[in-house]
Amino acid sequence: MFLAHINALQASIFSSLAIVSLLLTFVMLGSHWLKNYVYAFAAQSWLIAALSASVGYFTGYRELYAIAALTALFRGLVLPMLLMRIVSRLNVKREIHAVLQPASSLVIGAFAVMFAFVIANHMNLQPPPAAHVVVLALTIMLSMKFLGFLMLAVRDEAISQILGLLVLENGIFLGSQILVPGMPLLIEIVILFDLLIVVACFGMLVRFLVIHAGTTSSRALNRLVG
Amino acid sequence: MELHLLTILLWAPLTAIILSLAVHRARIAEYATVLAAIIDLLVSIPLLRGTLRGSLVLLHGYCLIDTLGAWVVVCISVVYTLASIYAVGYMRLLDEQERLPLFYALFSGFAFTMLAACVMNNVGVFWITIELTTLISTFLVGFEQEAESTEAAWKYIVVVSGGISLALLGTVLFYWGGSFVLGPSYAMTWAALRSSAPKVYPPLLLVSFLLVLVGYGTKAGLAPMHTWLPDAHSESPAPVSAMLSGALLNASMLGIARFLGVVSGTSITRFAHSAVVGFGIFSFVLAALFIVRQNGIKRLMAYSSVEHIGVQALGLGFAGPLGIAGALYHMLNHSLNKSLMFFGAGNAMRAYQTKEISKIRRVLNTFPVSGTLWLLGALGIAGAPPFALFVSEFTILRAGIAGRFRWVAIVFVVVLIIVFIGFLAHFRAMYFDEELQSTERPLTLSGSGWRTVPMWLAFLPLLVLGLWWPHGLWQIFNKVFLDMGGAQ
Repeated sequence: MFLAHINALQASIFSSLAIVSLLLTFVMLGSHWLKNYVYAFAAQSWLIAALSASVGYFTGYRELYAIAALTALFRGLVLPMLLMRIVSRLNVKREIHAVLQPASSLVIGAFAVMFAFVIANHMNLQPPPAAHVVVLALTIMLSMKFLGFLMLAVRDEAISQILGLLVLENGIFLGSQILVPGMPLLIEIVILFDLLIVVACFGMLVRFLVIHAGTTSSRALNRLVG
Repeated sequence: MELHLLTILLWAPLTAIILSLAVHRARIAEYATVLAAIIDLLVSIPLLRGTLRGSLVLLHGYCLIDTLGAWVVVCISVVYTLASIYAVGYMRLLDEQERLPLFYALFSGFAFTMLAACVMNNVGVFWITIELTTLISTFLVGFEQEAESTEAAWKYIVVVSGGISLALLGTVLFYWGGSFVLGPSYAMTWAALRSSAPKVYPPLLLVSFLLVLVGYGTKAGLAPMHTWLPDAHSESPAPVSAMLSGALLNASMLGIARFLGVVSGTSITRFAHSAVVGFGIFSFVLAALFIVRQNGIKRLMAYSSVEHIGVQALGLGFAGPLGIAGALYHMLNHSLNKSLMFFGAGNAMRAYQTKEISKIRRVLNTFPVSGTLWLLGALGIAGAPPFALFVSEFTILRAGIAGRFRWVAIVFVVVLIIVFIGFLAHFRAMYFDEELQSTERPLTLSGSGWRTVPMWLAFLPLLVLGLWWPHGLWQIFNKVFLDMGGAQ
């Protein structure tokens, strides 16, 4: 368990990368513009790639370099490009009917992070200095879950919902690099692959929605109730 | 021997997919799918019998053939067989000849991912196969390409992917907990998680378990995470609804059952069982309320699925030999009965050209034979003897009364009566109410043989299993009980 003898330099590199990723989630939460979501997501993916590479460097798990390259390529380039294509094709530039204003969703997001911190604090049994990194990783894992679900709940546009799901996955990805760098590689590759398919599916579904329902806002999805 | 059976089990649907896509002829795709399904059913039974001698780990530790997994394989194969026969008759009515090979390829792909999930030994790969079932079945749900089915497919993929990502987080946390015991890098098998679980810090174990419970519970349709289910089940073509309800929910329950096995014998066992019972009874009560005032015929069936998945969760949560036996028996019976119900609903929907119960009247005049089977199936699914669901529900009830969940068992009985009345009231209206004056005559449908045979095939075992609980099944259920941690 390499976290048990982590040094100050490693701890600060991991923490800063993780915290900036969390801040980028707040950028997504606080913006109305679909383009900003995609840019923030791409930047977040690059940070996660950097994190994988640095964890790989410090722990000696060589496969983490491959994961870093794949993350940067797929989540940092291919997915954002696909999403940008959908955004430009759909001709929707911003969320029109957000359930919550950005300011209030930021406040709720902040509370979610605090709640995540409380849970994370209870789950940790490590002594410091490892405790700082462990609690931070757990907090970010859980809070990106909460923020992702918040985005799914308060945003209507199909693109925002896709990004909400991607944020859900990014949180797990980020935390697992720090907590369990030795987890078998297989999983990560398939998750990347999986996500690619998900977005392809979404691209198709978005098209269906435009054709059949005339809009990409999930607000129009109200036929099936009860 | 088992390796050969496993190879056949997984290659049969794969071959059907390849044939459907390569030859691209509707007739060949139909027959290939039916044949693959029958082969799977025939193979699954010796596979299950073999597991009584002990679990097997095959293919470099990636595949695990144990009694619990093999039992779910049998349930899935039964539904796959029934639904593929019904699909031949039903899908021809849709007038989509061009896209039929694609439909059957997806259909077999869906079956393949579910069957594969049951034999996965690696917890991460299990998660991936469950996620793959979502990806494939989304296209089946949206197959009719109408506004409603697209809406249902969208909700399905968003809600279920979001939910299942919680299960991934839970899995990662389980692995992290295990890494304190087994070292930083180890094979993530069910056995490894289980051996490390008693030594993991309890709050961590608790959060991990709750995450996987909510994650796989979303996929299994436990309330309050069931919101995708009525839409997806009601908007997909009838054979797909049967697969979603009869097979997919079981594959997801398998995840919950396996994780219950992982945490058995730890300090959180009691809490874990209570959590499963809590979700179970909540699903059951909520579904009952929606059943009573429902006007969509397939939505009625969908809420009945939420109800029955709740019953299975109750059985797993009550635990003990009776609870486990009841839950597993209920799984098979529900698969048979719900397939029968969706087949009948598909017939009625096509003939009356509506999904609304209030516009379906005098079913027996339109369908003398299959209508009778449908009505008897409705009695069965409402829990009336002598059908099999009565026996399994009664067993679960006994498990509940005997254990510490007596109050839950009492609520269970009361709500069961509400469901019985509510469900059958809809059927009384459809069968015996006066004919509506304004509506046009129901259509006469072709291919009734293909659609009636699977209804018989579902109905007869349902009656037999209701009258006679084979002794061999007790052995199977008892083996699963012991595998899941026994009386701890």
